Amino acid sequence: MPAYIALIYSRDVDWTKPEYGADMKEYSEFGEAAAAVIRGGNVLYPTATATTVRVTGGKGGDLVTTDGPYAETKEALTGFYLLECADLDEAVKVASTIPAAWDGAVEVRPVIEF
Amino acid sequence: MRTGDAVAEVVRAEGTRVLATLVRVTGSVQLAEDATQDAVVRALETWPRTGVPDNPRGWLLVTARHRALDVLRREARRAGKEAAAMLPADPVPEPPETIRDDLLRLVFTCCHPALATSAQVALALRTLGGLSTAEVARALLVPEATMAKRLTRAKQKIAQAHIPYRVPPAEELPARLAGVAATVYLIFNAGYAADDGPELVRAPLTAEALRLARLLVELMPDEPTALGLLALLLLQDSRRAARTDGAGRPVLLPEQDRSRWDADAIAEGVTLVGTALRRTPDRPEQYVVQAAIAACHALAPTYDETDWGAVISWYDVLLTVRDTPVVRLNRAAAVAERDGPAAGLVLVDGIAGLTGYPWWHATRAELLHRAGDAAAARAAYERALSCGLSRPAADHLRRRLAALPRA
Repeated sequence: MPAYIALIYSRDVDWTKPEYGADMKEYSEFGEAAAAVIRGGNVLYPTATATTVRVTGGKGGDLVTTDGPYAETKEALTGFYLLECADLDEAVKVASTIPAAWDGAVEVRPVIEF
Repeated sequence: MRTGDAVAEVVRAEGTRVLATLVRVTGSVQLAEDATQDAVVRALETWPRTGVPDNPRGWLLVTARHRALDVLRREARRAGKEAAAMLPADPVPEPPETIRDDLLRLVFTCCHPALATSAQVALALRTLGGLSTAEVARALLVPEATMAKRLTRAKQKIAQAHIPYRVPPAEELPARLAGVAATVYLIFNAGYAADDGPELVRAPLTAEALRLARLLVELMPDEPTALGLLALLLLQDSRRAARTDGAGRPVLLPEQDRSRWDADAIAEGVTLVGTALRRTPDRPEQYVVQAAIAACHALAPTYDETDWGAVISWYDVLLTVRDTPVVRLNRAAAVAERDGPAAGLVLVDGIAGLTGYPWWHATRAELLHRAGDAAAARAAYERALSCGLSRPAADHLRRRLAALPRA
């Protein structure tokens, strides 16, 4: 069965704060409703906590870390789900019920199966 | 029609059906396309000499299946696996319903909303229309290498993202069919308007769109969207011969020589509008309504005898399902014909969001001119020209501008 990752782009906030309790509840409702196809997933801390890692000069070269996300975007990558679906139509249907779909956007990408 | 052309036509029509079946059997658009292409080339080489076989589709399908099986065997050998046993060398003939369903699957896969519109257009022309990559590139005025890349990327996405090869379930069908119709209409308009090209009408694209619309009606004879789309294309295309003069300059509706309109296309289009309207008593369908508007024009003996009241009523119906500034602009132009330029101008000026649209300025210019305000008309024509238009359309507006009385 094909696997898809649903990358969640939404407000760049700290979802652990109590004021986002209602949002988190929506996500757990989604999690229950889509339990049959969810194979994993997590919420991320805001991009302010991100560290971007690069090694310059090829493998074994100098480690360069930068504070912040790799790409600065208006809506930030704030979480993801790993979904196992029959096809893209099913994956899109599931993704359309992730709360970020109406409060941000969800990018659905097929996962390479080795 | 020469023998060669007749053979080519059979090969093309049957090739699309064979491709549709092979996509289902092999699960790969690319493999199915390569194998079908191979069978088509062989048919075009052999049939003009030997004559078209009794069952051309069966011939093509067997040949293409053999080819696909060869490719799969070679790939399996390279990967050290057993050849896929999914392709019987001597297939049982497909029943007609299966062929119909295969074609429908191909239609909905090529026009899947997860594909970019430009990719849908290219895929529809390549797989459903059976054009070569070079022909698609020429028709869409894109370099062949760019088109090849676009098609490859689309087919990769279908394979890698697992875009399903199936007819959408009933609850999704109206929305998906609207998407298919939009793609076909886009192909038609690319041929009809040709705003980015030197010629006003790129006939191959309009012919391809008509062919695709006919295929949709053949596959879904009860769907008002399919009926309305074909009716609309037929009625618009019926005016093709009258849309340009001997020098290739555009001739607008009021000045067109109606004796040059295609009476057969009009008769077929009007009949289709009637059938489609009877099937949409509760909720209007946008292509059917647009076709009804086109029918009002097609049936008017002269421009002045156009039933503008009917045209305006149909625009009112269209606004209930498709409220866009361009629809409002067209309605305003019809109101101007019935109630005079001042009434039309009030409506045109009330439409927001069209300041970058040359025909909004051109419509204003025409109405201002009719209302006797040459200076304002001149300014509006100049704004229209600054929006960017095809050469023939721009030349036309310049001639209108030059004909204005001097201030």
